[in-house]
Formats: sequence, C-alpha cells, structure tokens
Amino acid sequence: MEEVKLLGWWVSPFSRRVELALKLKDLAHKSQLLLEYNPVHKKVPVLVHNGKTMAESLVILEYIDETWPNNPILPRNPYDKAMARFWAQFIEEKCNGGLWKIMWCKDEEERGKLVEEASQCFITLEGELKGNKFFGGEEIGMVDIAANFIGYWLGVVQEVSGMELVTRDKFPVLCKWMDEFVEHSVVKETLPPRDELHAEFEARLGAPSWKY
Amino acid sequence: MANELILLDTWVSPFGMRVRIALREKGIKFEYKEEDLTNKSDLLLKMNPIHKKIPVLIHNGKPVRESGIIVQYVDEVWHDKAPLLPSEPYPRAQARFWADFVDKKIYDTGRKIWTTKGDEQKSATEEFIGYLKTLEAELGAKPYFGGEKLGYVDVTMIPFYSWFHAYEVSGNFSIESNCPKLMAWAKRCMQHESVSKTLPDPKKVYEFILQLKKRLGIE
Repeated sequence: MEEVKLLGWWVSPFSRRVELALKLKDLAHKSQLLLEYNPVHKKVPVLVHNGKTMAESLVILEYIDETWPNNPILPRNPYDKAMARFWAQFIEEKCNGGLWKIMWCKDEEERGKLVEEASQCFITLEGELKGNKFFGGEEIGMVDIAANFIGYWLGVVQEVSGMELVTRDKFPVLCKWMDEFVEHSVVKETLPPRDELHAEFEARLGAPSWKY
Repeated sequence: MANELILLDTWVSPFGMRVRIALREKGIKFEYKEEDLTNKSDLLLKMNPIHKKIPVLIHNGKPVRESGIIVQYVDEVWHDKAPLLPSEPYPRAQARFWADFVDKKIYDTGRKIWTTKGDEQKSATEEFIGYLKTLEAELGAKPYFGGEKLGYVDVTMIPFYSWFHAYEVSGNFSIESNCPKLMAWAKRCMQHESVSKTLPDPKKVYEFILQLKKRLGIE
C-alpha cells in the first residue's frame, strides 16, 4: 500500500504548492497532509513517499509529476519543459526573491529601488501569459503552482503593509490571472483562510516602522 | 533533421562549464561562441533578453537558458548517450536537491571570499568549507555523486574545482587539508576528457579574478 505524507506549514506557500500538486493528481485522499510544522524548527515542506523523504518544493513538484503521470503539471516536450522550468525559477528567484527583500527592507531609498526592480520582473512575467488563462495554458501547471505566492499571499501582504506593488491598473493581465488562480476549484482548497493569514502576517510583519 | 547547436558562453564561467561538460560527455557537436561580458553580442541580447547572461544554448534557433535547465534539457534530448540524471524519480529528486544546494551555496559564498577582507572574509571561508564538508558527507564512499559514473551533481559542482586555487589564495586557506575526499573526487572527475578539456587553468582563473577586482574597484 502506498504511503504519501506531506509535512508542511499551513501559512507557507511552499508547503501549499506541494499540497496543490498532490490534489491535482487526485492523491489527496490517500495522503496525510500534516500542515502544523513551523519551519523555524524543521525544514518544510518535506514529502515522504513510502518512507523516502525529499525536500525543496520545486524538486518535490518534479518528483510528483514523474511518479504520478496523470494530469501532468509539466509539458512532456523537452523544450517546453525547459521553458516551464525557466519561468518557475524566474518566479522563485526574481519575483518571490524580490518581494521577500522588499518586505524586510527598512531603508526607504533602498526599498524604492527594490520596488522598481520587482515591477520590471512583474512586467516580464505578465508578458509570459500571452493571452492564456494560466501560465500552463488552459489548465494550471508547474509555473502557476510556483507563482502561488503572487496569486494569493501577495494580496494579503499588500493589505497588511499598505504596499501597492501589483495593482489592477498597473498589472491588469496579471491580476486577471490571480482571479482565475484563486477561483480554480482545486487551488481554492489549498489556500489558507484569508483572515487567519492576515493575522499571521500582521504578527510577523506588522511593526509600525515597516508599514508605508 | 540537422541538429544545430550554438553555445554562448565565457571561458571562466563555472555555469558555462557545466553545459560544455554535459555536451562533451555525450559526444555532441556544438559551436562555441566566446562572449565578452563587458560588450555583449546582439545574439546574446536577443536570445536572453530577460537576464542577458550566459550560458545560453541555442538549439535549432531556439534558446535554452540557465545552466541547470540546459543540462537537464541536453540530458533529456540525448537521453541515450551517457545519461547524467538517474532514470528513477527518487534518485532524480535527490540529484536535483543536491544540484540546487550547490547552486545556492557555492558560487555566492565563494564570491564573498575573493571580494571581502578581514572578519567578513574569514567567516565566508568558514562557511564555504562547511558547505564542502556537507558535500563530502553526501558523496560518502561513492566514487562520484552520480554513483559509479559522472552524474548531474558531479557536472554541477566540478567546474568550481578550477576556481579553488583562486579561493585558496584569496582567503589564505587550503581546501585539500580541509576536504581531502572532495579533492580526490575532483581529481577523479578530471580524468574524464569532457572535464579536463573544459576546465581552465586555475592560475588563469586567479589572474582573471585579480583583473575583475581592479575593474570592480575592489582592493
């Protein structure tokens, strides 16, 4: 009998990526989704499949796609796969990485520069949608899953901080993708409740000197 | 159908070296174009407008970017020749995890060693040795990270061997005395023509760093 266990943290988009992939592959009913592990104490997410453990959410996503080929999240063609990996990496390093730096930057001038850089990244990312519903085309794929922080968490961070980086008038195409993403029937099940997430971010980021 | 491969790269880049090693291991012919990163070619800017970085592999006119992604692409297209990634999903996940570790830790910490001084340099050096020791533990008793043969993690890490001398002189420490097993692994890899033909002379890498420091205005 197959045993699939996800050790994650309910707040973390990295953990939720893996949960989303498992749900897309119809594996949720036979998986244990344990989302109580705060990453301060233990590195998460960790996937355990029949006793084999692995870490790093994007590495885990590839493992899930290779092990359960139904409802693929990556294209099968090597070139298209390379493109999807490129965009997932871009989102991770430039978009999410950029946002993370902004969230923790105390210097106003420095933050201004970081916001400008991040805006450029979002313009580039928006261009990649190319009129499609999702980055994966008609259905969500690895790139959409990698962009989950932008799809949902970013909205909460912007509310808590007052930061207005991605707005509907500046990024109409990206915001439309965000709407589609959070409304997707499977994605919906993996999003932490907004008010609880808001409270969590308030607690962590809410120091007055940070808000602007 | 003819397979046209052009690699935009620069001789000293450990990221570019990964791609060259992978192509050579598989006996794949490619055209190498040396880029001057202070004066990037129109082709590079066209093929990688987002990052404007090398390496870029252009396969029948279509660009593939980011060294790890390029190596995986090459491994998938030419899967029957000297496979670099294991065939089973779990060992593949392990290989990707360790390649990701190398990517996140080695270059940036190494860079701190030759761009800083004093306490900052000392702690970068200690951090760097720590990461090498972690890799040594992962290698264990295996001849290569890939097991009996050169694999994805070996190809990802070995280019940095050509930079070890530069790190050692800059940071005034010895990698050999701290990590003898890793050095033995590196020398084993260098017995492969794909590696020895690709890695530059470490002394030339050190000279390059000295010139780069001057250009960047670092003491």
